[in-house]
Amino acid sequence: MFELLGVPPQVLLGQLLLGLINGSFYAVLSLGLAVIFGLLNIINFAHGALYMAGAFVAWMLLHYLGIGYWPALFLAPLIVGAFGIVLERTMLSRLYHLDHLYGLLLTFGLALIIQGLFRNYYGISGLPYQIPDLLSGGHNLGFMFLPNYRAWVVAASVLVCFGTWFMIEKTRLGAYLRAATENPVLVGAFGVNVPLMIMLTYGFGVALAGFAGVLAAPIYSVNPTMGEQLIIVVFAVVVIGGMGSIMGAIVTGYMLGIIEGLTRVFYPEGSAVVIFVIMAIVLMIKPEGLFGRPA
Amino acid sequence: MAMQDKTTDIAPVVQTAGMPALHKAIFAVMLAALIALPFFVYPVFAMKVMCFALFAAAFNLLLGFGGLLSFGHAAYFGGASYVAAHAAKVWGLTPELSVLCGAAAAGVLGLAIGSLAIRRQGIYFAMVTLAFAQMVYFVALQAEFTGGEDGIQSVPRGDLFGLIPLADNIALYFFVLVVTFGGILMLYRIVHSPFGQVLKAIRENEPRAISLGYDVNRYKLIVFTLSATMAGLAGATKSQVFQLASLTDVHWSMSGEVVLMTLLGGMGTIFGPLVGAAMIVTMQNYLATFGAWVTVIQGVIFVIGVLVFREGIIGVLSRWLKRPL
Repeated sequence: MFELLGVPPQVLLGQLLLGLINGSFYAVLSLGLAVIFGLLNIINFAHGALYMAGAFVAWMLLHYLGIGYWPALFLAPLIVGAFGIVLERTMLSRLYHLDHLYGLLLTFGLALIIQGLFRNYYGISGLPYQIPDLLSGGHNLGFMFLPNYRAWVVAASVLVCFGTWFMIEKTRLGAYLRAATENPVLVGAFGVNVPLMIMLTYGFGVALAGFAGVLAAPIYSVNPTMGEQLIIVVFAVVVIGGMGSIMGAIVTGYMLGIIEGLTRVFYPEGSAVVIFVIMAIVLMIKPEGLFGRPA
Repeated sequence: MAMQDKTTDIAPVVQTAGMPALHKAIFAVMLAALIALPFFVYPVFAMKVMCFALFAAAFNLLLGFGGLLSFGHAAYFGGASYVAAHAAKVWGLTPELSVLCGAAAAGVLGLAIGSLAIRRQGIYFAMVTLAFAQMVYFVALQAEFTGGEDGIQSVPRGDLFGLIPLADNIALYFFVLVVTFGGILMLYRIVHSPFGQVLKAIRENEPRAISLGYDVNRYKLIVFTLSATMAGLAGATKSQVFQLASLTDVHWSMSGEVVLMTLLGGMGTIFGPLVGAAMIVTMQNYLATFGAWVTVIQGVIFVIGVLVFREGIIGVLSRWLKRPL
């Protein structure tokens, strides 16, 4: 079963698909982190909690208001993003003149609060969220069975990643953003409202986490700890990719998801640590990360 | 070699001779109170406070004096508790040797992780330490000797030096008192040594310390290893107290807790981490019935601490008294 070439193709491709899906979440989450880090210089430790909140908001929309998956896919990120903007205005904005570490500590505290509140009200046992009718079922590709919803998750995440990359690297707004990360004072002097841009950037990054949460809701059970397991892996992805580029976050996210999936086929015991092992190797060879600029 | 000379050059200028009278007095009062304490409060609770005080003090050596935020100190604290528990239970070592084994293992682990982590700075450093700590967590979860979800249970307390039985809580209390108080004094000594002064210089202005000729990375690695070892000493002692090594102590929320203790008490102060640890452990003890609300309360303390109370309790006190505490 675990010999290199003795693996049945169904197992191999199944795990590859699983890895690709995990990779989609890694990519969207580390992309959000990268966007926030770029302009705010804050590692958003609350990212995992906000991803979890996205899944919960989708669940709540369905159960309390009867709003289904498709509207939730837009509403939940908006709600989570708006919540993020409130956090940025009331708390994070007070820390920009301080050491970066305080941003990390503050968002860590926020993560504890958000997770604790959800755990108090919903327990840790996880709530089911149905796959939307349109995407239930799957296709038999001959060599494997491809569930529609999983294909959609990969497609949606690729689309969102590409859209974000395009916006930041190719549009005028993105140019302002990139300029503001280099020199906010100068960009402000040109008449660009930098504080507003920072606020919206945080909101957008957080909304990406919320979006990933909604995507995840039908796959994983919606539970308060779903973010805390993921966020540390995403941090490792960020270290491996290097925060220098948006592209780095995306490519590394998918790549590591796939590597993790392959490890699950050939050496299952190692699948939980393989990303951290890769991180150690990358730190030894190229400390600034695969796509990062040397400090 | 050149570096060695500089260290001794700088030392007499910035260092006061011996311990200031105020610090001496505080340590004396603290020791007296700790000797009396087990006769007034439940000794196991008091021992838990002392273990966490040492853990927080060890963490503070790295963050408060070295300016390095490790978000993975649970790895050394919890890792050492597993090693000490294993040494006591399976190898049948005496308590003092088990604790030393745990601390040594934490030191080796700290040296290995630290040598990679110091390649990155600031928040990256924090993320790298966190990720490695997570690796240690997975090992604790999956390795053969750690007992997975159950941990290592009913660890024998054994006889100190093979002579004095520690099964009695009061006897164990004084063993823990000697270990933790001694550890804290050792950390005090490190902070106020020439080495500690160089650390502060690196924390304040790293490029300048480099330009003065200090091998900054070597200092960082040494302080990381020292901090990990002392954190391990605390964790190993805790496993003797509770006769248990469990996943709680290697989980990353434990790394967060020690940051909280240090932040609340006052980073970069001598007594802050001790006060912070005492407060958090007491709070958890008395609020245990609130379940997950404890997490929320800790989160709120974190947020308030970062937003309005960055100096911490002892930091504020120290400013009022105009004396370093």
